[in-house]
Amino acid sequence: MAKVVVDVMPKPEILDPQGQAVARALPRLGFDGVADVRQGKHFELEVDDSVDDATLAKIAEGFLSNPVIEDFVVRRVSE
Amino acid sequence: MTAKVGVITFPGTLDDVDAARAVRYAARDLLAGSSHEACEAVSLWHGDADLAGVDAVVVPGGFSYGDYLRAGAIARFAPVMGEVIEAARKGMPVLGICNGFQVLCEAGLLPGALVRNHKLHFVCRDQWLRVENTSTAWTTRYEHGAEILIPVKNGEGAYMADEPTLDALENEDRVVFRYVGETCSQGRTMGAANPNGSRRDIAGITDPTGRIVGLMPHPEHAIDALTGPSDDGLGMFLSALDALQGAPA
Repeated sequence: MAKVVVDVMPKPEILDPQGQAVARALPRLGFDGVADVRQGKHFELEVDDSVDDATLAKIAEGFLSNPVIEDFVVRRVSE
Repeated sequence: MTAKVGVITFPGTLDDVDAARAVRYAARDLLAGSSHEACEAVSLWHGDADLAGVDAVVVPGGFSYGDYLRAGAIARFAPVMGEVIEAARKGMPVLGICNGFQVLCEAGLLPGALVRNHKLHFVCRDQWLRVENTSTAWTTRYEHGAEILIPVKNGEGAYMADEPTLDALENEDRVVFRYVGETCSQGRTMGAANPNGSRRDIAGITDPTGRIVGLMPHPEHAIDALTGPSDDGLGMFLSALDALQGAPA
């Protein structure tokens, strides 16, 4: 088994109102100096060693993300 | 031959009953008006890879699969959707309303995507729309440029696509409905009419064939002045029944 992380983020040109709301809240909470926040999704997959990178890319591109509005990064992480 | 309009129910669908009622209202209107043949609404279950012989499909609103992952992302892979996608590619009329529009975009039957409303609020209000394409299977009953009052209710209704896609939609006359309102003047819509930050005030679009239409507002909630702000939505269902009656059996 291997651990695979898939991070999905809104594309830079897509408005991210959730990230903006978080960014606007930070000064109110006394945290200054954060210029921008983007909010995305983080998936952790436990996969068999037989699952190759091409399959992982298909999972990330065809299901975990919507390529119209999101970018993704797939990483194999060691335990 | 009786025309059949299928209405899909996913876990979390809310508006399948109203959509089926809208189909029945339209069928009743046709029967009263002329010698049109009967039409009926058929309930389709998400887990059945079977369209039960329907001639058109409505993918209704709600929160299919809890909107988990992304709105429509899991529903798009439901067994019934495989059949819908195949039939739609062969020309069967398909209407996606609200969550149904999100499902059709996720399925690749319509371009673009629906994202979180620009001010993060769930918006629920009666909304004026302008009908900009009256040649689709779902809009022939409207006059071009007609303004209709339809409820809108969504949290992720902002229509997004890249600029070339938006330009193509405009150039190919595939924007079917646009948000308008009191702030509309001389054909230009001001920002306030747009409830969710949709690019270019787009409320609904069609595929290149005019058979597949998706929109965020809810025509099935505006078919009877008793229960809705108008009966302006009924025209979409009448249009589809016209298309089915006109089609060879």
